[in-house]
Formats: sequence, structure tokens, C-alpha cells
Amino acid sequence: MKNPPSIGAPDNKVRLSTLFGVFAKIGAFTFGGGYAMIALISKESVEKRKWLNESEFLDLIAIAESTPGPIAVNSATYLGYKLRGFWGSFFATLGVVLPSFVVIVILSYFLEAFRHLTWVGYAFQGIAAGVAVLIINAALKLFKSVPKNWLSFVLIVFGFILAVTDLIPTPLVILSGGILGFLIHLSSRRKSGESL
Amino acid sequence: MTLPELLVLFLAFFEIGLFTFGGGYAMIPMIEEAVLRHGWLANTSFSLVDFIAVSESTPGPFAVNIATFIGMTEAGIPGAILATVGVVLPSFIVILLIARFFRAFSGHPIVKAVLSGIRPVVVGILFTVMLSLTVKALFHSPLWPLAWSDFDWKALVIFAVIFGLSRLNKKIGPIILILFSAGLGILLYGLV
Repeated sequence: MKNPPSIGAPDNKVRLSTLFGVFAKIGAFTFGGGYAMIALISKESVEKRKWLNESEFLDLIAIAESTPGPIAVNSATYLGYKLRGFWGSFFATLGVVLPSFVVIVILSYFLEAFRHLTWVGYAFQGIAAGVAVLIINAALKLFKSVPKNWLSFVLIVFGFILAVTDLIPTPLVILSGGILGFLIHLSSRRKSGESL
Repeated sequence: MTLPELLVLFLAFFEIGLFTFGGGYAMIPMIEEAVLRHGWLANTSFSLVDFIAVSESTPGPFAVNIATFIGMTEAGIPGAILATVGVVLPSFIVILLIARFFRAFSGHPIVKAVLSGIRPVVVGILFTVMLSLTVKALFHSPLWPLAWSDFDWKALVIFAVIFGLSRLNKKIGPIILILFSAGLGILLYGLV
């Protein structure tokens, strides 16, 4: 490859086995819902492997949140496609699903015993506290990537208030952010005298 | 299980996958309804609540766990595969379509403008997530109503240790931190 991979174009250097492996790791270590996974995916794909920059990662969350299905699966499919097209999305999704699948199939034979393991419950209480830290670190890092002006500050507060009060479902909160972005774009165009 | 029954299992989870937004937990009411409608879990001593509890305390996406679980209980490995593929397939198809669109139009000024509005809003949503996960960890309760009597100092100790570690050495990966917090949980809740 002579040209460096441009953002948005498939990067053939990422191997399908790497995609599968990274997402299997993420699938195996995500506890407590899809949000916990955001911290892991950002660490692997933004910081460690530079598959995405921070803004692209925010786009990924927006898409994963506003489409049906589990956030983890949505993120895997999206990122896999972005990096290696259809087969990339296939192997990333297979990777994120397989650890759960294997664990549950095995567990279903020992369900009675598992239910009574008190230390599993203790471990999960510990993990809940650890996951909270991971999410705080990831959210602060993503916050730093947003342009620092009053407009994005207003939009952050807008998103926070709508989400914290649970007034409308999250996909609609994201959609309204998009509409506001579009309207702001229109008004700035009008001010500078250009047509759309 | 007969072939038509397997097909019903697949379609039921396909429907659940297609119509739930915002993560796995939003699926619980639809799963409940499907379990009742199809008479699943009638031959086991476990209730759906047990299944939900186990799916929460195993790694991976909740939706995948619960689908694999119900499929496995109803029809063994073929059932587990069909239920899991069923719950994942709608996301897979929808995201493929969106990713294609995105690749074609991500440079368009309108798409750029829409995204510039969406990104800060997502950061705001993540702040909410961060707040509610922290409260859930420290109080074992939702954000509202909050009672000081629910405060769990052991959780705060784990929280502080993990926070300190993650700040002290940024090279420590999230998986190590998760394993460490699990160990601290067993230690503090089990032994202290």
C-alpha cells in the first residue's frame, strides 16, 4: 500500500483475525451492560490501535445508541465494517458474541450450582465500582475532544439534562442533537450569505 | 424441538432484536412477553428472573446472554445458536446499511453539521451514564430517589482504589482494572 489509509476508507492492514480477537476480548470482559463496553472499546480502538479518533468514536456511540439492538453488537458491526467491509463486520460481531455464547452454554449445565456461588455476587459488586471508574475516565477523555465553545457547552448540558431526567428516549435525544446541529449550520450559512 | 418450533424461536428473538433500542435491558419486557406467549421455560425449575440474574452476572452483552440461555434451555445447542443469531441479526443488518451510507456521505456538509450537533449531546448523555453508574455502584440504587442509608463504604473504597490506580499509571488496561475490582469485591464483601 503506497497511500496511508485515509479516515473512512477500509484499512487493509487490520487483519480479520485481529478484529475477531479484539472484539472477543471486549466481549469476554464486559460486565454490566453495553455502557461498560464503551470504556473498553475506546481504549482498544482509539488509544491503543488508533482505528478511530475521538470524534469518530462519538459518532460510533451515537449510531450504536440510536439503532436497535445491543450497543456492543452495534459497535462491533460498525467498526468491523469501517475497517474491513462486510467480513470485518462479520468477524467483529462474531468475536463480541462468541465468549458470551460459550460461557452461557457451559453455565446452563451448572446453573443450580452457579446460582448459589455467593462470591460471584461479591465480585460483581466490586466490578460495578470498577466499571464506574472506567466510564468516568472514558467520558472525560471524550469530553476533551469536543471543541471548546459556548455552543458545544450548551449542547452538552442539553444532552445531559434530557438524559438525566429521562424525559425522552435516548435515540430521540441524539436525534434532537442532530437537528440542532443542522439548524445551527443553516443559520450560520444564512448569516454569511451563502445558499445551502 | 421440531423445525417449526426452532423457527419460532429464531423469529421471536429476531423481533426482540429489531424492536429494542438503547441496550439489552430495554429488552426485558419484550422477552417476558415472548416467554409467556410461547410457553417457554415451563419445563425448568428456573424462572425468568433467575435467567436475568445469571445473564447480568456473566460477561458479554445482556441481550446475547439471555437469548443464548433461553435457546439452550428450550432446544439445546441448535436453539442457542438460532436464538442468538436471531437477536443479533437485526442490528447487524441495520448497522451494515448505516455504515455504508456513512462511508458514502460522511464528507457531506449537512452530515458534518448534523454530527457536530450530535457529538456534544452524546458527551452529555455519557455524563448521565457516568453519574448513574457511579450512584448504582456506591448506593446500589437508581439515581433517584437517593438515600444516604444505602451508601456502601466498601464500594467507595474499591472505587477510590481503582480510580487512583487508573490515574497513577495510565498503562494499566481496563481488563486488569476490572479483574482487580472483582478481586477487591470478593475480599471486601466476603472476608471483611
